[in-house]
Amino acid sequence: MKALILVGGYGTRLRPLTLTVPKPLVEFCNKPILLHQVENLAKAGVDHVILAVSYMSEVLEREMRLQEQRLGIRISLSHEQEPLGTAGPLALARELLTDNDEPFFVLNSDVICDFPFEDMLKFHTHHGKEGSIVVTKVEEPSKYGVVVYEGETGRIHRFVEKPQVFVSNKINAGMYIFSPSMLNRIQLRPTSIEKEIFPIMAKEGHLYAMELQGFWMDIGQPKDFLTGMSMYLQSVRVQNPEKLCTGPGFLGNVLVDPTAVIGENCTIGPNVTLGAGVVLEDGVRIKRCTVLKGARIRSHSWLESCIVGWSSSVGQWVRMENVTVLGEDVIVNDELYLNGANVLPHKSISESVPEPRIIM
Amino acid sequence: MLKAVILIGGPQKGTRFRPLSFEVPKPLFPVAGVPMLQHHIEACAKVPGMKEIILIGFYQPNDALSRYLSSAQQEFKILVRYLQEFAPLGTGGGLYHFRDQILSGGPSAFFLMNADVCSEFPLLEMLRFHRDHGDVHCAVVLATTANRKQSLNYGCIVESQKTHEVLHFVEKPATFVSDIINCGIYLFTPEIFTHIGMVFQRNQEEKQLPLPTPREDQLWSRQRAEVIHLEQDVFTSLAGQQQLYVYKTQGFWSQIKSAGSAIYASRLYLNQYLQTHPERLVSSQEGGCTVNGNVFIHPTALIDPTAVVSVLLGPNVSIGKGVCIGAGVRVRESIILHGASLQDHCCVLNSIVGWDSTIGKWARVEGTPSDPNPNDPFAKINSETLFRDGGLTPSITILGCNVNIPSEVIIRNSIVLPHKDLSRSFKNQIIL
Repeated sequence: MKALILVGGYGTRLRPLTLTVPKPLVEFCNKPILLHQVENLAKAGVDHVILAVSYMSEVLEREMRLQEQRLGIRISLSHEQEPLGTAGPLALARELLTDNDEPFFVLNSDVICDFPFEDMLKFHTHHGKEGSIVVTKVEEPSKYGVVVYEGETGRIHRFVEKPQVFVSNKINAGMYIFSPSMLNRIQLRPTSIEKEIFPIMAKEGHLYAMELQGFWMDIGQPKDFLTGMSMYLQSVRVQNPEKLCTGPGFLGNVLVDPTAVIGENCTIGPNVTLGAGVVLEDGVRIKRCTVLKGARIRSHSWLESCIVGWSSSVGQWVRMENVTVLGEDVIVNDELYLNGANVLPHKSISESVPEPRIIM
Repeated sequence: MLKAVILIGGPQKGTRFRPLSFEVPKPLFPVAGVPMLQHHIEACAKVPGMKEIILIGFYQPNDALSRYLSSAQQEFKILVRYLQEFAPLGTGGGLYHFRDQILSGGPSAFFLMNADVCSEFPLLEMLRFHRDHGDVHCAVVLATTANRKQSLNYGCIVESQKTHEVLHFVEKPATFVSDIINCGIYLFTPEIFTHIGMVFQRNQEEKQLPLPTPREDQLWSRQRAEVIHLEQDVFTSLAGQQQLYVYKTQGFWSQIKSAGSAIYASRLYLNQYLQTHPERLVSSQEGGCTVNGNVFIHPTALIDPTAVVSVLLGPNVSIGKGVCIGAGVRVRESIILHGASLQDHCCVLNSIVGWDSTIGKWARVEGTPSDPNPNDPFAKINSETLFRDGGLTPSITILGCNVNIPSEVIIRNSIVLPHKDLSRSFKNQIIL
């Protein structure tokens, strides 16, 4: 079976992290975002993953060669010369997707959840039509495009963009499974699958919705990245509690790479991920943060809702909060206060940032 | 024989120093670990021939003041007395009212100083200057150089380059007059009372014009006749009459009007301690806390004995009586008043922490310094306005007495009035 992942472009929404690392390789809960999907696909029997990319990255290619060997599957990169939207890449990869008549998966690359690939396959085979999409429940449907479908069968009636009156609280979760015949609907030009293809399929009775159980998050921006992390760690708590740290100094769900070093009198959590080689010195208080590989947090600092980039260093008695994101190799001097700062890579910060701001 | 008079004001004055002046008369507020006034008293006690220090103000006699005066008397072996004005009489009215007390014993000269100035107090230099210039004049004014813009907030002096006579004196002019400003520290001969007396007479004559006024108004105008401002009423007319001389100091000087200027003044005095009182400064030593720059710690303050090294204090930190400091605490450019408690890992920058206040673990209490421009050698501290453009001017953070700051919050550029338990972070606010 095959799967196509819409990786897309530069991942600008996740800057400054994606200025030095391609978005699919940014670690989410200590594993590159892309691998969360690829590993689950492989587990569900997918043996060929196609990454639809609109820019080429040697780092990404090299990493994918390694993962091919590790997972025993094939990973191809399908490179768009011009942006093709969310449907165009399917036409571009048509050859690869149609060398047999099995259904194939299509995923947005920013989605994190308990991936239901086996259930999707069952659901799709059961109704026997061209396409199935996963939907998830949201609290405020008026912010999204919602899906209106028949509760019992899942047959989709229509899509409504940002509904002003309540019609449904289910939105497209960015995960699909299609039969190869569906590709006849798509031409090789920039096309939106959500706006141009799905409404027609729905009208013809060829599109079905399957409701996702459990958490779901689009982690394409730092704020949602942190929310997604909290949800993911809670799901780890339920499914593999042994992977989380417990004991004095740990509160709630905390994921720590075995090579991370933690000083005395720290209080960590809830919802913290510490990457490989991370050092927390004595007396650090950290909650709702991701600290990426090789970063160091010096004594007595306080961090909440931050992403600390690779190999960055946060000084002593620093306070960082409100979705402060440090790019790779950033230095924050002692005793500063960063409130919602977005700091580009390789910067040294020597003045507080009291209000949210981008530091070039 | 010499005397000194210190004008300490009263509770209606010093409002820019609130909420700290609610708890203690402003002259007793600790600057560099000792009451503001003590710097004056110590300087006076060092002058040979100094027999008595008289404080004039309109505070009701109170415990704090009398306790301090008797302890100062013992410590500095000099007579210290407080004389209370019946009403605020200005910088010259109280002085004139108590002239008999000041002149009793026949001092040849006496110093007059405002309590809310911070200075090197070059009293011996002023005396020498006074003697070098003969004794025909009746006053020497201590002065310093300001920048043009800030000079407008002070008494401005034009001097004769040759003789240092004051040729012109004007209080807070609207346009630039001179960059030499009055420090509020003077040396007077008894002759000054002749000139103040003339102002008093003139005031009384003006008030005694036959006007059909009710009794209360008569009382009011009687009081008004006794209100005399040395600067406007006396110096301005004495200028150019070979009566008033100016001694310019290169030493440090600042007003202490706002709470923010207390931190700046502390820095100046702590720096002076290097020469005058090295024993008051903490030195980094084995087994002690880590100290950066000048730090005063009261001997009764307690630093967590298990983690002394993780505490980092300074520069410019004064820790008061009985203060408790936890592990991993950071304090810089701040005054911590007696009985306050700083819990583990908290960080206090550019702030005044009030008596018996508590700062929780990992809390951050931070202000914005209002220091003079460091690149302008003549710049003075700005303590004019609390608000600018409709918003609170970012200033140092002040916690009043008995304020509780919970763990992990940030209090930034805020003023917290006494006896508040905060439950969240605050920025740029006055918290009633």
